[in-house]
Amino acid sequence: MTAYTFDVLVSLKAGLLDPQGKAVEGSLPAMGFDHVANVRVGKHIKLTVEAADEAAATAQVREMATKVLSNPVIEDYEVLAVSAT
Amino acid sequence: MTRVPRIGVVTFPGSLDDADARRAIDAMGGQAVALWHADHDLRDVDAVVLPGGFSYGDYLRAGAIAARAPIMSEVRDFAGRGAPVLGICNGFQVLCEAGLLAGALVRNASLRFVCADVWLRVETAQTCVTRDLTPGELVQIPVKHGEGRWVATPEQLDRVEGEGLVVFRYSGRDGVLSEAANPNGATNHIAGVRNDRGNVVGLMPHPEHAVDPDVGPTGGQPLLASLLETALAGVRA
Repeated sequence: MTAYTFDVLVSLKAGLLDPQGKAVEGSLPAMGFDHVANVRVGKHIKLTVEAADEAAATAQVREMATKVLSNPVIEDYEVLAVSAT
Repeated sequence: MTRVPRIGVVTFPGSLDDADARRAIDAMGGQAVALWHADHDLRDVDAVVLPGGFSYGDYLRAGAIAARAPIMSEVRDFAGRGAPVLGICNGFQVLCEAGLLAGALVRNASLRFVCADVWLRVETAQTCVTRDLTPGELVQIPVKHGEGRWVATPEQLDRVEGEGLVVFRYSGRDGVLSEAANPNGATNHIAGVRNDRGNVVGLMPHPEHAVDPDVGPTGGQPLLASLLETALAGVRA
């Protein structure tokens, strides 16, 4: 068994109002950042899975991402950055 | 002697309104039964209430972890048999996360936590909490939430609207829908929805906080009375 580390990025679906992103965006001009648009706030979940190989580990993470780490009604996810240790 | 319906109230870590829900059920003539999230036992109840609060600190998403708690497998079977299940506020979030109701609850459009008495327009009497009510009737019940904006996929929304699954909409006290009367920006002013059979209902407002005339509006009474009657009528296996 090898330990594989993943980054799972979860974001609100495009088109769904993100008040958190809007609030962040609204605060930026006051700090001199005048040309920022489309701020969206999401989540970054980092985790390590032990599996026989990378494909098996990735399959598990994708299943977790679909079943619990994200809610498909409102969110999209991306599984990234595999590193074996 | 009339049988007193046993209504289970599930306590998750972080539930807040479980005690109020039990108190309201007892006040309305039912027998509240405390249920524990980590048990696989519904203690022979006639109906289940998932109360408000911040189960698991709203970690990951509101209701997400609670929806996968041990007792939820029993709640899922119970609902599948047609027995009444009511989710209030965080309980509504849990039911959506569990896939027992359509849609999801996300951050209020205003970004503000709202705490107010709101008017709800009843859209259907075909549920475990509206059998004593008539479509178009208005009830006043408080809301208190930061993530109560009901949203859904376009397919879910078509189904919910097309098949009469909306149970309550936020309205003015005259029954008119308006942005001003929508406390969280919910799609189509939706405050509560039901499943196909009407035995599972979730809503953001708190009927359990609206039964005692000494402390505010009493719009929660007909909902809980309906729940007790449905529980007594008994569809449980």
